[in-house]
Amino acid sequence: MNTAVDVSRFVRTEKIEALPPPKLARGPIAWVRENLFSSPINTALTLAVAYLLFVLIPPILDFLFFNAVWTGTDRAACRAETAGHPVGACWAFVVSKINFFTYGSYPAEERWRVNIFFVLLAIGVAWLLWLRAPRRDLGAVYFFWLFPIASYVLLTGGNVDIGLRAWLLFATIGVVFMAAIGFAAFMLKTSVRSAVLVAAGIVAVLGVTLALLDWDWGLEPVPTSRWGGILVTLLVATVGIVFSLPFGILLALGRRSKLPILRMASVIFIEFVRGVPLITVLIMANTMLPLFLPPDVTVDRLTRPLVGVAFFASAYMAEVVRGGLQAMPKGQYEGAMSLGLNYPQMMVLIILPQALRIVIPGIVNTFIGLFKDTSLVSVVGIFDLVKTIEASRIDPNWAAPTISYTGYAFAALFYFIFCWGMSRYSLGVERRLAAGHKR
Amino acid sequence: MKKAIASIAFGLMAASFVATGASAQATLASVKQKGYLTCGSNTGLAGFGLPDAQGNWTGLDVEFCRAIAAAIFDDPTKVRFIPLSAKDRFTALQSGEVDVLSRNSTVTMSRDTQLGLDFPAVNYFDGQGFMVRKKLGISSAKELNGASICTQQGTTTELNLADYFRANNMKYEVVAFATSDETFKAYDAGRCDAFTTDASGLYSERLRASNPDDHIVLPEIISKEPLGPAVRHGDNQWGDIVRWTHNAMLDAEELGVTKANVDQMKGSDNPEIKRLLGTEGKFGEAVGLTNDWAYRIVKHVGNYGESFERNVGEGSKLKIKRGLNAQWTKGGLQYGLPVR
Repeated sequence: MNTAVDVSRFVRTEKIEALPPPKLARGPIAWVRENLFSSPINTALTLAVAYLLFVLIPPILDFLFFNAVWTGTDRAACRAETAGHPVGACWAFVVSKINFFTYGSYPAEERWRVNIFFVLLAIGVAWLLWLRAPRRDLGAVYFFWLFPIASYVLLTGGNVDIGLRAWLLFATIGVVFMAAIGFAAFMLKTSVRSAVLVAAGIVAVLGVTLALLDWDWGLEPVPTSRWGGILVTLLVATVGIVFSLPFGILLALGRRSKLPILRMASVIFIEFVRGVPLITVLIMANTMLPLFLPPDVTVDRLTRPLVGVAFFASAYMAEVVRGGLQAMPKGQYEGAMSLGLNYPQMMVLIILPQALRIVIPGIVNTFIGLFKDTSLVSVVGIFDLVKTIEASRIDPNWAAPTISYTGYAFAALFYFIFCWGMSRYSLGVERRLAAGHKR
Repeated sequence: MKKAIASIAFGLMAASFVATGASAQATLASVKQKGYLTCGSNTGLAGFGLPDAQGNWTGLDVEFCRAIAAAIFDDPTKVRFIPLSAKDRFTALQSGEVDVLSRNSTVTMSRDTQLGLDFPAVNYFDGQGFMVRKKLGISSAKELNGASICTQQGTTTELNLADYFRANNMKYEVVAFATSDETFKAYDAGRCDAFTTDASGLYSERLRASNPDDHIVLPEIISKEPLGPAVRHGDNQWGDIVRWTHNAMLDAEELGVTKANVDQMKGSDNPEIKRLLGTEGKFGEAVGLTNDWAYRIVKHVGNYGESFERNVGEGSKLKIKRGLNAQWTKGGLQYGLPVR
């Protein structure tokens, strides 16, 4: 008995398309309502911020772009009476002084050397920071050994007069050093052969370094008093950053060490350096130090703040790294020890990789702070970017009402690009390394 | 106790200054051995010491150092300029970091006698002056009674101002700012009637005004600011070289010897020119230089008037009048001591 034979039937075979949600729950209007006007307080805040932006943004855009002067050869171009409208930023000034901002007083015919330095620096930074770059171990050798030598030779002209006596002294010390290491290995009952080989390697690297510095490359010597601008800013920042991380790690380990003298020395160094402002260190280095040294001993005027900045950054870095070390659970140390790892192995293989990952934001924060702090060297008469701008803005050839603002706007742009780059990079690294910790 | 420690510390420092002074006897020899002169310069003062767009140092004080280098090496480029802030300029000289300080430093008794320094010459007579708007219709500072005056906080400028108005029995109102930049901006924006700073600075500030032609510099100079190069106390030969470099430039101007005609002037019959340019007498050898030392200075740098006009005078954007810095024959104070 078939009762439903002629009943027409409808059975839907596929799912029906969902209707779009009501217009007010999706789309830009809804987004605005949800995010900007969701409550009376939010509405009030939104309106207040919108008003502030309305007041601030147009004048800034006017100043930087619409009223800006882009071309010109002297002050006349950047004055309202010649331009015919209120003058904003005078970018013509930056264009005309850009060489001075970049190289300082570096002799014009030798500036290609600085350009090569910039390129080498960029290669080194990219090689080390790009996580998928090939042979990053070679990159480290390049950045921490070859690059500093090349920079030194390029920028100063190299040809350090080491002299025969110093070479003989170096050879003697090298032999004594190898012998001492061999003897120590013998006393500790480890392999004398490998210990001596390592020592010989160290001596050889130092020897090659000295030989490269001693070699006459035929470059015109350029005293550091003529360096300036972006060259000096990048140099101070690079030296500070490159030195501060390894020294900071060593100081942090020293501070947590069980050896009392090492611990005390680290604590004293960190607390002393952290306890004084950077500007004091710089003034001490550049103004007071020459008074304490005998008259025939001079330390280069640029080296002094470089050393000061490196010390200063190391002390801060040490505290950042210590924070990471303290955040490691005790179980990690105990686990490492139970595997039979000795102290260096435990630190290098287990603790530091985890501890450093935790403090990446802190490390980058210190780097960014350091990068901007380099502008303080201008106070002690070093011509970094800020100082070159300050010296240029009083040039009577460019005397116009907005020149100072233009110069500082340029400096702000420069610092912002670098600091923002650092911060974006660190975010990327964090995301990559924290894949196992994502919440 | 604290005082005792302070005085011991000060004594040690003073002793070290004296020690450096004594050990730096032969600055000339060390300069010759190094092959260049180190010159403490301003970190940036328009017309006096300022790097140009290529980074080469220019200015009146800078050319003075070039003149010394020219006298010693016959090459005005053998100078290394070390920019020094107002704070570290004297210590840099005391410690031997620079051979000569040519950085618009005011010569005062305390600096001359207490810091272990000597000021062999005054290469620019400066003083505090006023700038006002033309439309005020004022032609003298004596008419500033009741004016509001923009000045920089905590400087001698502010004190000089108080002295001047009290001495002339006038009322005024100070509007003070932390930096010279802010001070001038405020004046330019009309916050006060007059702006005051060193006269040389008034001219360079005026260029920055929104409308430079609306402002005039009043003729009164209310303070004495003799600016000159400094050397370490105790090395008299070096002091002599610096002193006579300045005098040679003045004498050259007075005698009409210029950068352009110095070769021609070498054949002059005027005994004064002959002595100056070294064709007669052995004046250069007496200070450890060659006898044509002054010829080298004029040949490479020029005489004082040329250097003045080029850097701060009519040949520059600053357009400062010679005023006190004119030759004594023209009513100024620059008086070249005779070479004989």
